[in-house]
Amino acid sequence: MSDTHTLPAGAAAALAPRQYHLAHEPHPENGTALGFWLYLMSDCLIFAALFATYGVLGRSYAGGPTGAELFDLPLVALNTAFLLLSSITFGFAMLQKQHGKVGGTLAWLAITGLFGLCFLGLELYEFQHLIHQGAGPQRSAFLSAFFTLVATHGLHVTFGLVWLVVLMVQIAKHGLIRENQRRLMCLSMFWHFLDVVWIGVFTFVYLMGVL
Amino acid sequence: MRKPKEPRRLAWPAAALAAATALAGCSKAVVLNPAGDVAAQQGQLVITATLLMLVIIVPVIALTLFFAWKYRQGNTEAEYDPEWHHSTKLELVIWSVPLAIIIILGALTWVTTHKLDPYRPLDRIDAQRPVPAGLKPLEVQVVAMDWKWLFVYPEQGIALVNELAAPVDRPIHFKLTATSTMNAFYVPDLAGMVYAMPGMQTELHGVINKAGVFPGLASHNSGAGFSGMTFKFHGLSDAGFAQWVQQAQTEGKTLDKSTYLQLAKPSERDPVQRFARVDADLYDRVLNRCVEEGQVCMHEMMAMNDRARAALPADQCTPANAPQTIAALERPAASLAPQAEAAQ
Amino acid sequence: MTEHTPAAAPHWLLGRITWDSIPMAHEPIVLYTFLATMLGGLLVVAGLTKFRLWGPLWKDWICSIDHKKIGIMYMVLGLVMFLRGFADAVMMRLQQSMAFGESMGYLPPHHYDQIFTAHGVIMIFFVAMPFVTGLMNYLVPLQIGARDVSFPFLNNFSFWMTAGGAVLVMLSLFLGEFSTAGWLALSNLGAQNPGVGLDYYIWGLQVAGVGTTLSGINLIVTIVKMRAPGMNLMKMPVFTWTALCTNALIVASFPVLTAALVLMSLDRYVGTNFFTNDLGGNAMLYVNLIWIWGHPEVYILILPCFGVFSEVVATFSRKRLFGYTSMVYATVCITVLSYLVWLHHFFTMGSGATVNTFFGITTMIISIPTGAKIFNWLFTMYKGRIRFTVPMLWTVGFMCTFAIGGMTGVLLAVPPADFVLHNSLFLIAHFHNVIIGGVVFAVFAAINYWYPKAFGYKLDEFWGKCSFWFWLVGFWVAFTPLYILGLMGVTRRVSHFEDASLQIWFLIAACGAGLIALGIASFFIQLFVSYLKREQLRDVTGDPWDGRTLEWATSSPPPQYNFAFTPVAHEIDAWWDMKKHGYQRPLAGFQPIHMPANTGAGIVIAGLSTLFGFAMIWHMWPLAAASFAATVLASIIHTFNYQRDYYIPAAEVAATENARTQQLAAAHV
Repeated sequence: MSDTHTLPAGAAAALAPRQYHLAHEPHPENGTALGFWLYLMSDCLIFAALFATYGVLGRSYAGGPTGAELFDLPLVALNTAFLLLSSITFGFAMLQKQHGKVGGTLAWLAITGLFGLCFLGLELYEFQHLIHQGAGPQRSAFLSAFFTLVATHGLHVTFGLVWLVVLMVQIAKHGLIRENQRRLMCLSMFWHFLDVVWIGVFTFVYLMGVL
Repeated sequence: MRKPKEPRRLAWPAAALAAATALAGCSKAVVLNPAGDVAAQQGQLVITATLLMLVIIVPVIALTLFFAWKYRQGNTEAEYDPEWHHSTKLELVIWSVPLAIIIILGALTWVTTHKLDPYRPLDRIDAQRPVPAGLKPLEVQVVAMDWKWLFVYPEQGIALVNELAAPVDRPIHFKLTATSTMNAFYVPDLAGMVYAMPGMQTELHGVINKAGVFPGLASHNSGAGFSGMTFKFHGLSDAGFAQWVQQAQTEGKTLDKSTYLQLAKPSERDPVQRFARVDADLYDRVLNRCVEEGQVCMHEMMAMNDRARAALPADQCTPANAPQTIAALERPAASLAPQAEAAQ
Repeated sequence: MTEHTPAAAPHWLLGRITWDSIPMAHEPIVLYTFLATMLGGLLVVAGLTKFRLWGPLWKDWICSIDHKKIGIMYMVLGLVMFLRGFADAVMMRLQQSMAFGESMGYLPPHHYDQIFTAHGVIMIFFVAMPFVTGLMNYLVPLQIGARDVSFPFLNNFSFWMTAGGAVLVMLSLFLGEFSTAGWLALSNLGAQNPGVGLDYYIWGLQVAGVGTTLSGINLIVTIVKMRAPGMNLMKMPVFTWTALCTNALIVASFPVLTAALVLMSLDRYVGTNFFTNDLGGNAMLYVNLIWIWGHPEVYILILPCFGVFSEVVATFSRKRLFGYTSMVYATVCITVLSYLVWLHHFFTMGSGATVNTFFGITTMIISIPTGAKIFNWLFTMYKGRIRFTVPMLWTVGFMCTFAIGGMTGVLLAVPPADFVLHNSLFLIAHFHNVIIGGVVFAVFAAINYWYPKAFGYKLDEFWGKCSFWFWLVGFWVAFTPLYILGLMGVTRRVSHFEDASLQIWFLIAACGAGLIALGIASFFIQLFVSYLKREQLRDVTGDPWDGRTLEWATSSPPPQYNFAFTPVAHEIDAWWDMKKHGYQRPLAGFQPIHMPANTGAGIVIAGLSTLFGFAMIWHMWPLAAASFAATVLASIIHTFNYQRDYYIPAAEVAATENARTQQLAAAHV
């Protein structure tokens, strides 16, 4: 940081009059990446609070069903596969973007979106099944924490999908201009972040709930 | 504008100190001059900590006012050194003196926090006398309700609403819970306050060293009737206490589950009530939130959870726990609605 | 205001709004407030119409992405809400000075509980936060030599979200009722609170919280990325350092508040069991979550104020701030440590001696860097040449007042001492001591100090001094009795007392509140009188106090683009260094300047979010769904706008700068 701001070595001599302003307009580095990282960290903190809540309440079954009785691990594994694959396909989209290929980028984004939809669909199916069994979020604190953590992640995926569609329209309309590339980079960070959170979810909630 | 009235301003810290000392003697400042040993130690701590910090605060305020006056623009005789903005020696002092005070205060904190832990049984009656061997503490079970206090004496088999008593110089062991929301039990003369929370039990130990009538209150706002949630705590001689217990025993009322449920309904500024008989398991049921018929006690629920985690689903319902299991299975339908029976 | 009436079947469109929801129909106090508000509002509308100000209001202020205008709007919001917060305080003082024995006072508990809740919520979220955010918004880009913040549209949007939260809180006065659960909703936890009050609280905070979090991100990126060349981190003004730490605290704590309120909302709307008494809920979890946010929050409030005092004391002692490096390290220490102390707010919850001791000691440790700061201000004054302008008076008042408030804080940090003083009036006196002595005093110092920069003329000194003395004396008269009452075992949030011997203390406290009221009145008179005398008080140089930092290099008020040429910094106190080396403003060679464009998207999206909050409060599900969809849609539409900037032509820059050159020449500078 400081390196970009200090003047060349000889300029600060006490003898020569100091330069106190720039004759030409500088262009400060664009702050979008840093800003978006900070937003992601704040979002991470929300998830951290929800994980902490799950940590505190995750064994409060109130005489109701436990994770071991409820979780369908094969289904969750399938879901996880969809999400992880969608991260890979997003990576392919970014590679296409590096090469400036609008068509390729859009294609891989579409596939990413499809995987995301599959993930959401399976998750909604799982929720519906649990509620049908009487294991809805109102049944116990454990279930409240479970549903809230997983659904918050699902809501983020939903917003991500909406953003994906909007960005696809914008790329189709304006091409891979610098602004759209910045937005793609932000969405990419968002998408991978959700992937990381999901790994936390299936480890701490599903796997540890069953074992 | 010249800085006026410096002497008057310098008098403030002195006045504060004087006020503190005066208050310590003034009986109204119960925190500094209570009638119970635990509260007395806590009040002493307030004074000690304050004095320790005044070691820094008084010079700071004095210097602030002094520098403000001495280095005012009008005083051209005072040295003006606009480029003086660093001194390693001074920095060392600035950081290490407060650090030293905090180390002392920290050590004091460690020792007193452990000694005065509300859960720790007392080992002394007052500064001069330890607890005599073989003296069992007086057990009192406290239920904070909307908006009154229920005190149960399991040993004596009585209960009271909004009146508490104990013999002088006998340690008291409180176990506390609440019915509907977070509360705090506080008798300033006795010992510090402690929260009372639904479904949970907290504990407090205290001893009263003087006979008298002392105020008791709720110190955590719990809704509309909070201001009226006060009671009187009586410090009595042994004979006086026996008489007080007897008075409750002759009143003739019984505190069973149905009376309790009536009592738990919201009410404000209740007059004192006495109960001669109390259901033996009433407090446990209040703590485990199963006074009403059909409610599963919390400790049973937790035991079920432990069994459920250890066993396969098929083993969940055994002859031993069938009633509770069935009750729990029937609860989902009821539990979907927001809790309606909580007091409001 | 209404007692909870049994819920009628909700209306498909109006949710649970009924005629009973309008409290002024049966509450005279609310009715008079409504009439007064309507009258005031009509006067404002009439004035705007008469002077044809609607156009400029929309174009130049509401849609403005200029950090200076947004900063001023935050300050105005804070001042307006301060009036309601103070009115609440006066009502509380009145009730507590009359309700003894037979007399129940004039406020039934249900109403009184709303007033102390509103007082706390408004003062923290809608007075102190906007003031602090407004100052940081206005000053940071100027102090680092930048033209605006990193995300100007987000800045505008953040302001309107904060305003939206304030709108919801104000609306609760006339439609429905407010929460009775205290400013952190800790009262009545676990029990049923089915009315709209707690929902107004939740949604007001959630809407405003989004604005605050985004503002935090914005200012961090601005400070990290947009500093002038040569200004590395250890050459920034101390106020900018405190702003950096404050915004880091914001980003790293507000999400926890968001999560805690979401969990509480789920309990209320969906019937989950996070904080209920049964089915596994745990109210202690809420207490922990809310204070994990709550403690960093008070440091968010105080750190920028420390920054203000650092600037003021150096300028008016005509001396460089003592110990710059240790000031920076102290600020960072405080920032980090503020995350390790939250349990001191509930020592009495029975967490055990070891846990209590840990948090008690960490709390005490924070006093060390804080003390270092006080010493550094002290030694800035030492061997200085002190001018007792109004900002300097506030500073000296702060140093004496805050020291005592901090002391009582360290006292409360000793768990056994806290066992007898928790939730008592002693605690109330402590936190008002540090918040009024720290935050309020700083805001007044800052307003008096930077007002000429923002508006081109100084504030009247006489009324400023009146305001200071009334506040200083009034504060001590109002709160010393509360310290005493706390030592007498009196607890907080009580609306009626049995013991009539306490009354004298409450009467003295009420007198103190009266003195503070005079201080507030003096302040508004000061604003008015200064406006009338503005030509006499005009600041033509841009540097009325002989300042040290870059904001004083601009004209008063600064042009839209702040600096015609990006400054280059070489030392701490860059402007002082420039003056010392005889720096002359360039008079030629102006370039076109790249600026962000104003937009109405901010207020539109924020307005739709506020509407969504309102619909959720009243269970107006179709409106909630529609406004939510509209918010998302409006945001998406906004992202289709790629043309968000423009260039100020070089000729216009030249004209502005030439006008300033003439102004300076006319003043013989």
